[in-house]
Amino acid sequence: MSSATMVRGDAGARAARRAAVIFLAPGLVLITLTFLLPSIAALGLSLTDFDIYAVASPGNTRFIWLRNYAELARTPMFWISLRNTLYFVLAGGPISVLVSLAVAVMLDSELVRWRGFFRTVYFAPVVTTLVAVAVVWKYLYDPRYGLLNAGLHAIGLPPVDWLGSTAWAMPSIILMTVWKGFGYNMIIFMAGLQAVPGDLYDAARVDGAGAWQRFWHVTLPTLAPTFLFVSITTMIGFLQLFSEPYVMTQGGPLHATLSIGLYMFTEGFESWHVGMGAAIAFVLFGLTLIGALVQLRLRPKGTEGGA
Amino acid sequence: MQRGRGWRASANAAILLAVAGCGGGRGQTAPPVTLRFWAFGREGEVVEALVPDFERAHPGINVRVEQIPFTAAHEKLLTSVVGRAAPDIAQLGNTWVPELVALRALVPLDSLLARSRAIARSDYFDGIWDTNIIDGATWGVPWYVDTRVIFYRSDILASAGFPAAPRTWREWREALTRVRARAGGHRYGILLPINEWAQPVILGLASGAPLLRDDDTYGDFSEPRFRAAFAFYTGLFRDSLAAPVSNVQIANLYQSFGNGEFAMFISGPWDVGECLRRLPPSLQGRWTTAPIPAPDPSDTTTPGTSLAGGSSLVVFKGSPHPDSAWAFIEYLSGPAQQSRFYALSGDLPPRQSAWEDSALRTNSYARAFRRQLQFVRATPKIPEWDEITTLLADQAEAAVRGGVPPDSALAVLDREVDRALEKRRWMRGRMHHDTAATS
Amino acid sequence: MTGAVIPSGVPAAVSAGLDERPARRPRWDTGVSWRTVLLHVLLAAIAGVAVAPLAWMVSASFMPAGSATTYPPPLLPHPATWANYRELFSHLDLSRELRNSAIVAGLITASSLLFNSMAGYAFAKFSFPARDRLFRLVLLGLFIPPQVAMLPLFILLRELHLVNSFAGVVLPSMATVFGMFLVRQYVLGIPDELLDAARVDGAGELRIYWSIVLPLCAPVLVTLAVFVFMSAWNDFMWPLVVLTDSAKYTLPVGLANLSREHVQDTELMMAASVVTLLPVLLLFISLQRYYIRGITMGGVKG
Repeated sequence: MSSATMVRGDAGARAARRAAVIFLAPGLVLITLTFLLPSIAALGLSLTDFDIYAVASPGNTRFIWLRNYAELARTPMFWISLRNTLYFVLAGGPISVLVSLAVAVMLDSELVRWRGFFRTVYFAPVVTTLVAVAVVWKYLYDPRYGLLNAGLHAIGLPPVDWLGSTAWAMPSIILMTVWKGFGYNMIIFMAGLQAVPGDLYDAARVDGAGAWQRFWHVTLPTLAPTFLFVSITTMIGFLQLFSEPYVMTQGGPLHATLSIGLYMFTEGFESWHVGMGAAIAFVLFGLTLIGALVQLRLRPKGTEGGA
Repeated sequence: MQRGRGWRASANAAILLAVAGCGGGRGQTAPPVTLRFWAFGREGEVVEALVPDFERAHPGINVRVEQIPFTAAHEKLLTSVVGRAAPDIAQLGNTWVPELVALRALVPLDSLLARSRAIARSDYFDGIWDTNIIDGATWGVPWYVDTRVIFYRSDILASAGFPAAPRTWREWREALTRVRARAGGHRYGILLPINEWAQPVILGLASGAPLLRDDDTYGDFSEPRFRAAFAFYTGLFRDSLAAPVSNVQIANLYQSFGNGEFAMFISGPWDVGECLRRLPPSLQGRWTTAPIPAPDPSDTTTPGTSLAGGSSLVVFKGSPHPDSAWAFIEYLSGPAQQSRFYALSGDLPPRQSAWEDSALRTNSYARAFRRQLQFVRATPKIPEWDEITTLLADQAEAAVRGGVPPDSALAVLDREVDRALEKRRWMRGRMHHDTAATS
Repeated sequence: MTGAVIPSGVPAAVSAGLDERPARRPRWDTGVSWRTVLLHVLLAAIAGVAVAPLAWMVSASFMPAGSATTYPPPLLPHPATWANYRELFSHLDLSRELRNSAIVAGLITASSLLFNSMAGYAFAKFSFPARDRLFRLVLLGLFIPPQVAMLPLFILLRELHLVNSFAGVVLPSMATVFGMFLVRQYVLGIPDELLDAARVDGAGELRIYWSIVLPLCAPVLVTLAVFVFMSAWNDFMWPLVVLTDSAKYTLPVGLANLSREHVQDTELMMAASVVTLLPVLLLFISLQRYYIRGITMGGVKG
């Protein structure tokens, strides 16, 4: 941590403090106004029954303690959205991270030529607009005219009702998400792989370790901090699932792709059960925190040294 | 000095943003009044054709139709109202009127209606008009109507000994029993998708059930009339007269109907066009529509009551041009425009005179709708109704598929509905308290 | 209100500098040519999967109306036509949405460059009480899902009469935790002596920021600009909530709207997707070096 090393008197320190305020104020005021205060207000709102009656006249608001949360706990739709979200995070997240890792390891091999080209191509889906590619994939998934079923047909497999069946809808969304996102974590893994010291490989080689053993015993342990970072950020992103089901399935069929993010949107911005919507958002926040803490707790020994 | 500059920078940015936010006008030569009119889905596309005539007749008014996808309409409407960015006029599903009234977003139309020469209340279907009246005031003018009737395979019913549609519940059950006996296997008498609320509610309306009680503050589904209707409904499943499927299990309604997988279903006007388009030519003339049968076994002349559906036109309180908005609504409500609109969209007009003048008079499929529209009733006009329909669908499914006895399902439903109406009761209590305090 | 693409600043020992590959490092057994071939076949296959949906999108956007929904689905337009694009720009006002998106993303980029660079610089180079504690507090914001703030923020905007305005879309993205973090990490590398020397010469703080810090930060500012512009361009949920008037829709909101209205018009929707994607793809291809550096910097030890 480098910090300012201004050797100055009291007046200098005061000037520095004043300058700091000037530089920090606009940004921090904006963040406070548009993010911090609203987040705190959301906590307050989640303890009220703020709804359309309250929008019409603020007097129609009651402080109801944790009743929204209790109400959520007995609402089947909430549990459905929670289950779907966890399905997406716990199945989609690891798949996405592993695909990224596998591709990064392949690209990192010194046998690879045109590395830059491959990297650009793999990364292209990452920068695309989610709404646009969701629209594109919706057509790829079309049971009759979609390319995916045409491909299945070509290799002799029966067609799949990708977005139309409760069993396949979520896997379909996961497939698209992995396609769109794997390039992102791939880049981070590639950076991490570069940090693996070469002499460790030499030592392992001298000990007679094969390629797989070297990967398992040298590469992976060194990647542990990267892994932790990637899995936490991926989890945070995946927990917020919203646009994909909004565009592709609207939460259907039979709520099979209703995520917490989408449920919060419908409760908050469609039914204007604002208090309830805020409570759902806080459940999402809670899940994020729990998920991050669990992963930090589960990290392998020696990781903290890197962080 | 330094501090000032930082602030000025953000102030400049704010001004820039404000200017950018207000942009989007089409230049200085635009007419003095521009009305923003939100219409949904197909209606939004079609109504554009009616606008030029209006603009010619009212040179000072320019109408901008904004087409909102039907599935996003409810959210867009409420968001814009809460955000104080509502349009001038909108099409509104008439079950949404109560929500917008609760939000105090609409202009009451009674004084305008009293003066209006273009809109004659008596020309409208009574039950439909009533959906727009809340707390004694009128908030919308019906634009088009829909209700639910029976669609049935006349050939299958005829061969089961019913050359005409059943008129009472007893006949209905008898017809379904005979169809089922002749078909068997996976062929049923009727399709009532078990996750839909409309079918049990229609039966409830037909039997005169109040649905809610005490000024719509408590559920009233355990009341005898609804219980009888619900018993009739669940009995159709128990005796395998109705197909035990939900609406997502029906891959293609028209194909299944055409195959005779069921001989009957309950639906709205949009399915007339769909059936004409999608059923093969060999089946045309072998299906038709009929009003909902009546529960009273002795009454073979009046149909059972059905849902009063459709869309209304409303003026938003924030509109700077309520008079121009009203002029446009009067224009769209004229019988001539209604006939034109029907021709373009296939939506049924709410004015009886428009039925006389248009192609509807000779349309045999529309006859059942016209008859049925004399016997429609609004569902409870409260913002919570939408939520209640979800609860109702859940309990209906539990009774049909989950093995819950019908009466216990209804008891649970009443409890759930009471919970959903808790806020309403509290507000009622407060209002009484306030009026007591001030008087 | 950004999507999942923005990395969190969770510290992890990942070193930046992907572009400079170190000298040879012993890796997998080398010299076996079938291995090299197999590897490249695999890489090419993955590249095919990555590109296929986008390639089909472009191809279908040139197909005559209705021809994408024939069986078997065609891969190439026959004959190719610009009709879908003409339809988009003549009837469906896509140029208006394109303009709206450009305005919104441009304003967000400009303002976030200014405010984030100021704050990031201050966090790196000014000493004041509790500075690092404050910074860590700000970083915690990365754990709060943007959905949490949305409902109260909407109500705030309603009171400010900013619902259905570009200002309402732009406001929450003008300063971001990630942006401050990114700039701070970079500025930490600027030697203090440089700034102190300027102070000795009598330069004011704003001058130092403007004529010394900003020019030195140019690379990270480009990175930030690319990042912010792309996430602003691609952002969906917040503009969806705030913009109620179709004349103000950004491309993603307009596209989501169109896709519900024109489900059966496959070719038209593909053309609209191309128009939406093209600007960001071009931007990425021309500035990818900066973009990728931003990702790895997000993971740099803090």
